[in-house]
Amino acid sequence: MRKKKILQEAVFYLAVVLISMVVLFPFLWMLSSSLKTQTDIIAWPPTFVFTPTLQNYHKVFGEQDFLKYFINSTVVGGLAVGLSLVLGLPAAYSISRFTQKKLALFILLARLMPGISFLMPWYIIFSRLGLMDTYIALVLSHMLIALPIVVWIMSSYFDSIPVELEESAMVDGATRQYAFWAIILPMSGPGIITSVTLSFIFSWNNFMFSQVLSMEKTRTLPIAVYNFVSYAEVDWGGVMAAAVAIMAPAIILTMVFQKFVVKGLTMGAVKG
Amino acid sequence: MREPSFVERHLRVLFPLPAILFIALLMIFPILYTLALSFTSWNLTSGAPLRFVGLRNFEQVLTEPRFLDAVLRTFGFTIFAVLIEAVLGTAIALILNRAFIGKGLAKLLLLLPLVATPVAVGIVFNLFYDPTIGLANYVLSTFGLPQGLWVSDATSVIPSLIIVDVWQWTPMITLIVLAGLAGLSEEPFEAARVDGATQWQVLRHVTIPMVMPTILTAVILRLIDALKTFDIIFAMTGGGPGYASETLNIMGFKYSFEYFRMGQASVILIALFFFVLLCSLGIMKLRSSAEN
Repeated sequence: MRKKKILQEAVFYLAVVLISMVVLFPFLWMLSSSLKTQTDIIAWPPTFVFTPTLQNYHKVFGEQDFLKYFINSTVVGGLAVGLSLVLGLPAAYSISRFTQKKLALFILLARLMPGISFLMPWYIIFSRLGLMDTYIALVLSHMLIALPIVVWIMSSYFDSIPVELEESAMVDGATRQYAFWAIILPMSGPGIITSVTLSFIFSWNNFMFSQVLSMEKTRTLPIAVYNFVSYAEVDWGGVMAAAVAIMAPAIILTMVFQKFVVKGLTMGAVKG
Repeated sequence: MREPSFVERHLRVLFPLPAILFIALLMIFPILYTLALSFTSWNLTSGAPLRFVGLRNFEQVLTEPRFLDAVLRTFGFTIFAVLIEAVLGTAIALILNRAFIGKGLAKLLLLLPLVATPVAVGIVFNLFYDPTIGLANYVLSTFGLPQGLWVSDATSVIPSLIIVDVWQWTPMITLIVLAGLAGLSEEPFEAARVDGATQWQVLRHVTIPMVMPTILTAVILRLIDALKTFDIIFAMTGGGPGYASETLNIMGFKYSFEYFRMGQASVILIALFFFVLLCSLGIMKLRSSAEN
């Protein structure tokens, strides 16, 4: 009996290790390739033991305008998330307190519909307005990514705050909008962290909008990484270093805010 | 009691108004614009003015083999990818649904593919798949199996892309199902145990039926996103070789931003929009029936 139990446990932990390895392996391969010389990368059979070098990182951060793209991604994501909070927090509050389900679905549509069905008209309109390759066009487009996330997460977060809190303030003579500002928002830290983290990551990772709307001046990181491989001979080491650089911030954010990210990613489905 | 002010009386409308206007302006208006463009002939590069052509774009695009192939391919990719993700994701969730050493770490690892930049993921897999230097062929050769061309061959490109999608999104199903399992009440399980049910019977007749609504919602969410898959395909193959991995989203992108045939592009975008809308209506129906 005890033997069987031990065997079961061994099989279980083996399965856990196997699952973890499959998940982790592409990251490890990316990281190790970024530390290899081109000779090591194109070696056959593939090398597993090698002398690590930082030359790929020097190249990526030195020769390329990588820092500029990094800043562009941060500015676009930051502004898009910030403005989405300004628009989204009151909307989410209203959805929660006045149970406006239709409105919630309307805003959710922006998360569900294919981005390209707005991107093509945006391209025409932004070109006419002379807004191509500007932060304005990029931030507006990325807001359409961030806003539904903010509204979706915050409306269910507000649901979890008892109505009595505002009501007692309103009995004491405060207006509802003041109660929202002074009582509800200061209590909403966890919800705001969740929505900011998730919407920033999704903006950070966005490729299609930025590929069309940005050019040299406002180019974001995913486009820069993509452009790396469109050259005739692929500099794999450089590409992998760039891939590490682009994934690192999202992964660090995820590690720091793990609980929030899990909650934000899963709650929509579990609630229903 | 003080008299509520104008703002307070209309808070229900005023608070969400900026968000509504924003979405109307940046989403609803462009979608209507696309719809209108689909009845016109307009090539941005030719400089010729926009012309009304009635249903000609629809006739042209809907009868074109390239379009029909793209529709079938989009659905083939989506259905296979999501099916594999649903089965694997649920199975992994059921395995991990117990206390064990390192559970927190395992859950953190599962999160990583979900937040990894898809374009970069695609490029990393391209290095795996590279026929001459890639690890994929090395692994095959060590097992004495014939080497493959992966994304460079028309017959293997879609399965190779499905593998990438499965790697990236299976954890999403796992995490959602795990959260669903954590929220189940204990009673049915105790009742089953009292009745002497085996582990397998509990799984089949109690656990799975109870998390089914959660699994279904996760699957439909994935269906919607898989229909729209763009980044990995664009980065890994650009729709090639030939048109062998061209899905509706890629085809619409090429018609819009490579050929600049806006009228025909609109028809493709409307088709994709329509399929996604159908799936979205499914999820809304499911949600409202779950609430009642």
